[in-house]
Amino acid sequence: MTISARNISWSIGGQTIVNDVSFDIVPGEFFGIIGPNGSGKTTLISLISGLRKPRNGHVNLFGEPMASLAKRQISQRIALVEQHAETTERITARQAVELGRTPHLGALTPWSQADDAIVDAALREVKMSTFAHRLWYTLSGGERQRLHIARALAQQPEILILDEPTNHLDVGHQLGLLELVRQQRDLTVIAALHDLSHAAMFCDRVAIMHGGRLVVLGPPAEVLTTKVITDVFGVSAEIERGDDGELQIRYRRPKPHRPQLQLVQSV
Amino acid sequence: MTTATASWTKRSGAVFAALVMLIIALWLGAAIGETAIPMDIVAKTVANRLWSAGYPLEPLDEGIIWNYRLSRAVVAACCGAALGLSGVVLQSLLRNALADPYILGISAGASTGAVSVAILGVGGGLLTLPIGAFAGALLAFGLVSLLAVRAGSGTNAIILAGVAGSQLFNALTSFIVTKAANAEQARGIMFWLLGNLSGVRWEDVGQSFPVALAGLLVCLWHARALDAFTFGTESAASLGIPVRRVYVVLIGVSALMTAVMVGIVGSIGFVGLVIPHAARMLVGVRHGVLLPASAMTGAVFMIVADIVSRIILPGQVLPIGVITALVGAPAFAMILTQKKARA
Repeated sequence: MTISARNISWSIGGQTIVNDVSFDIVPGEFFGIIGPNGSGKTTLISLISGLRKPRNGHVNLFGEPMASLAKRQISQRIALVEQHAETTERITARQAVELGRTPHLGALTPWSQADDAIVDAALREVKMSTFAHRLWYTLSGGERQRLHIARALAQQPEILILDEPTNHLDVGHQLGLLELVRQQRDLTVIAALHDLSHAAMFCDRVAIMHGGRLVVLGPPAEVLTTKVITDVFGVSAEIERGDDGELQIRYRRPKPHRPQLQLVQSV
Repeated sequence: MTTATASWTKRSGAVFAALVMLIIALWLGAAIGETAIPMDIVAKTVANRLWSAGYPLEPLDEGIIWNYRLSRAVVAACCGAALGLSGVVLQSLLRNALADPYILGISAGASTGAVSVAILGVGGGLLTLPIGAFAGALLAFGLVSLLAVRAGSGTNAIILAGVAGSQLFNALTSFIVTKAANAEQARGIMFWLLGNLSGVRWEDVGQSFPVALAGLLVCLWHARALDAFTFGTESAASLGIPVRRVYVVLIGVSALMTAVMVGIVGSIGFVGLVIPHAARMLVGVRHGVLLPASAMTGAVFMIVADIVSRIILPGQVLPIGVITALVGAPAFAMILTQKKARA
């Protein structure tokens, strides 16, 4: 197992954000975490990526308790791409990707040609080589997010964790980015997603979060049912299975809100 | 790829150029003053003192150069380097282009700590002035960050909290000085508070040089960690940086450097703000080069500011803080408007 979560919980100010969640991530899979806003996805992501320690339960990374590992050891195996990481520094695209080498370099380790080669490869992988010398603030949202992916790849992790990576992108860039991640060989991917169609399209397994709890876990075709969608997201939907096995999710417009007070009489 | 060797030669060239600049600045600092002393006399004095070269010189000239001007220029350099480094660290860790020890109230806190020890006798003789200043600096930064956290997450919260903190600690300093010092002490302290290098001697070099050098080395050790803060603390943590430890060490070092310099020359504003921006324009944002570049730029800038403060009003010495503020305040305005344009 790569990451195993055992009964992990996290709370703040008396409110439980993640409640008794357990799962095992299979090597090489694309694991989606889905759920409505406030269901605890982002907190769960920070717990399994080692940024926060669970209040209860524990997380194991390749069989070792995460709590016993140094930050640096964790970051050599797990790379994280956040929702919206920004900077006002005048850094170039390439410099942003170079940050990915940080976990592998000590204070006195010089930057090597091997590091250069890894950064070049990561830039090629996300098709941003020609943008290497552009300044960060001149790039579009989609380009920036691809660079974050490249930075994560330059970390040479075994596990890539993404927190709603496509949040600020248009639909073309959303699909392109997820496909790019999907194509990475030998990489285990864990992604918080809020678009169910994306989850259905790209994930091998999905975990559905609701109110801090993990309510269902399994392949999208099995767990994404009209009942689950109604119970968890509060919307009614129709699900069709295409000939190629692809799920099509269609939402129905919510019923119009009826005013509580009505005119008693109008003449 | 041959970029590694190319950048190595480029880098050693830059280091060499920076050292030459620094030596020229020190040289000018020793030569220029109320009575100008020729450059060759300066060189001969240094040779006499360091290597007992035995050049026959006017004892008065030699005394002025060695005991007054050169020690003063070296302290100015250390002070400028330390403030420049503090500015880089604070701007990177707080991710705020306007952060600097003066604006965040750290200098004001250090002043209060220093006068508490010097005038009120806090610590009963056990505390030295730099320790008092350090305690004041840490206390001020603690209060300012607490206030900023309470005020909310906006990037301007810490700057506004710094304004409040500076006002509070400056008021406390004035209160202590007015209440406890005699008229002559008060005049001296008020002059010192605006930043003043007169009266600086070689003993002060013994204090400021090791602190500036140690500060530079500690910051350089953390250069990659500082780079990792480019996209924020979460991102730094996910790159394996022990965020809390780096904060404690680097904020502590900045406060220490600021406190020691305030203890010697008073609180000098805007150097920590302007120097990192100037250095970024020269060498870019990578801390491995930005830190030494800021230290060098800060050192040269302070020596030049000190020279200007001595000659701009004939027969009078202007507090150096006035010069740095005259340069720094417009620069502050420029950074502020630029930031808005890019956001």
